[in-house]
Amino acid sequence: MSYFQPIPELGEGPLVAEGTNFKVVTETVSRVTERKAPRGWWICFLIALSLVGVFTMTIGYLFWKGIGIWGNNSPCYWGWDITNFVWWVGIGHAGTLISAVLFIFRQRWRTAINRFAEAMTIFAVICALIFPGIHVGRPWVAYYMFPLPNQMGVWPNFKSPLLWDLFAVGTYFTVSLMFWLVGLIPDFATLRDRSTGRIRQMVYGVLALGWRGSNRHWKNYERAYLILAGLSTPLVLSVHSVVSFDFATSVEPGWHTTIFPPYFVAGAVFSGFAMVMTLLLIARTVFKMNHLVQMRHLELMNKIMLVTGSLVGYAYAMEFFTAWYSGSEYEMYVFINRATGPYAWAYWTMISCNVICPQLFWSRKLRRSIPVMFVVSILINIGMWFERFVIIATSLHRDYIPSSWGYFSPTVFDICTYLGTFGIFFTLFLLFIRWAPMIAIAEVKGILPEADPHYDPHGSHGAHGSREGSHGYALEPQGAE
Amino acid sequence: MSSSMHPRSERPATRQPVLLLAEYSTTSHVVHAAEKVRDAGYSHWDTHTPFPIHGMDSAMGLKDSRIGWIVLVMGVLGLATGLSMYLYMNEFNYPIVVGGKPPGALPAAVPVYFELTVLFSAFGAVFGMLHLNRLPRHNHPIFESDRFRAASDDKFFVSIEACDPKFNLESTRNLLESTHPSAVELIEEKEAHSCSH
Repeated sequence: MSYFQPIPELGEGPLVAEGTNFKVVTETVSRVTERKAPRGWWICFLIALSLVGVFTMTIGYLFWKGIGIWGNNSPCYWGWDITNFVWWVGIGHAGTLISAVLFIFRQRWRTAINRFAEAMTIFAVICALIFPGIHVGRPWVAYYMFPLPNQMGVWPNFKSPLLWDLFAVGTYFTVSLMFWLVGLIPDFATLRDRSTGRIRQMVYGVLALGWRGSNRHWKNYERAYLILAGLSTPLVLSVHSVVSFDFATSVEPGWHTTIFPPYFVAGAVFSGFAMVMTLLLIARTVFKMNHLVQMRHLELMNKIMLVTGSLVGYAYAMEFFTAWYSGSEYEMYVFINRATGPYAWAYWTMISCNVICPQLFWSRKLRRSIPVMFVVSILINIGMWFERFVIIATSLHRDYIPSSWGYFSPTVFDICTYLGTFGIFFTLFLLFIRWAPMIAIAEVKGILPEADPHYDPHGSHGAHGSREGSHGYALEPQGAE
Repeated sequence: MSSSMHPRSERPATRQPVLLLAEYSTTSHVVHAAEKVRDAGYSHWDTHTPFPIHGMDSAMGLKDSRIGWIVLVMGVLGLATGLSMYLYMNEFNYPIVVGGKPPGALPAAVPVYFELTVLFSAFGAVFGMLHLNRLPRHNHPIFESDRFRAASDDKFFVSIEACDPKFNLESTRNLLESTHPSAVELIEEKEAHSCSH
């Protein structure tokens, strides 16, 4: 969180627009929560809330009737439920990548987008967690998922990836939530100190935990933040790896491959960045934050999407190679069937959206075009949903015995459940951008040139001493001197 | 700690000085002020900034954070919890043989150990940080100052508490005045205040 000293020799420029000072940062971010919500916010919020209503009714009917109302049936016992679960968890991953991995790699441009991305993580994981809870069909035995003995005294099987999944996703949600809340403490203090009304003062006062910007506190705070980032990095890699174990440890052709963990992680980061991009482009325009979230940030995100999109493309190719190289006829059939069988439409949607689309970002012009990146980010999200659907449906619908082959078609309840989770996601997200600082105020201030104690407003800064300083960071162990 | 509040005799009995607050407008001023206060030998004092300032820890002469040790202990505890859950539930209480693996085959539940290690460590980091910082604490006397609202916006502060053994209203104020603050403010309270750290 230390100040940022651009290195002109590497073509780096300042991370915020010219003339942005501490006051401007506080104002820009806080005023969103202080002014009346724009009309657009209300329209979006009401739409999102109606979708929550759709979700509630669908789930109510599901609990009444059972999961027979979905399209899941032999041989496709998994359908949209698990597709949506994996898709939503994957979306969450970009938030952690931005908040933790980019933090450890000292990518200071992340400060403009990390709060936003972390919030997205939490809401996406909430949506994901709904599906394991409801797809068992009998909500009163949802405790079967937890390490508790059932009525016959049998404990869950710790050798099962489904149990690992509970630990992985549960830990992931808890740690992401804590990471996000810790980051919010100083910013809630900013909102508390600006608030005039009694209620705002009380609410933000309680949330800020009495934070007073003490350096004795910052010392522990920054170390805790670094440790959380260090913990979240292997955690985020483990979560989608464990999710992929749900498939990879089975003996289903098309699932039983060792490439799944890295392939799933790359895909998760890919789809998550696309979702951050979609949401960020809208919020940036609506709330006029162009000087904090600059083209440079968007371009860097597009580059990450290009990299992860290409990794995903490589994984698709490698799956085919492995199937051929394995010599297993079931394995080979699954992949030929994927590309040419009844689900070929889904497969080629996936390839076009995930592999071909991001290749546009090789061009600097397209990478910096807002309409292009908006459309591409949505296409990537569609493509990544289809990826999970293709993996689940194509493997299940035709496995070993041709007599039990089938075809999965969703019902209206599948569709409503999926749409409903969008309602939950956007309701929470809209409440977040309305009531919480959507950009990390303290962190953005920390990268301004004036944050540097050697900063000289009259121009000669960077000439002496401060360049050395910029290689260190405030989180470095600093013993007493 | 109230016995260390020696300037008591100089003030009316009803209002006790609690701390002296100096305000600065740039990071370099507050860092230099911190160095001066450190060199003057104060112990119950602090700086308040809207964001962590690079080099402030050494300017204040602070020791390294101890939070890593809390996290280490919690991480080991998490690992032990994962191992003992697995061994108790699947080996001793109700052995389950799956996939030809013996009931207590340790490698079979590595993801569980890992996740619980991370989970407990993260709890250690967050709650350890709050514990070391003695937060939440909503009633600090520093909030008496209206000026202090800018500490979360664009101003930087040094505060010296009256319970510091070196605290003297005159000399401490002079020390702060010599560091080019944009304002110095005395915060008083009705009751005696005990030191926070």
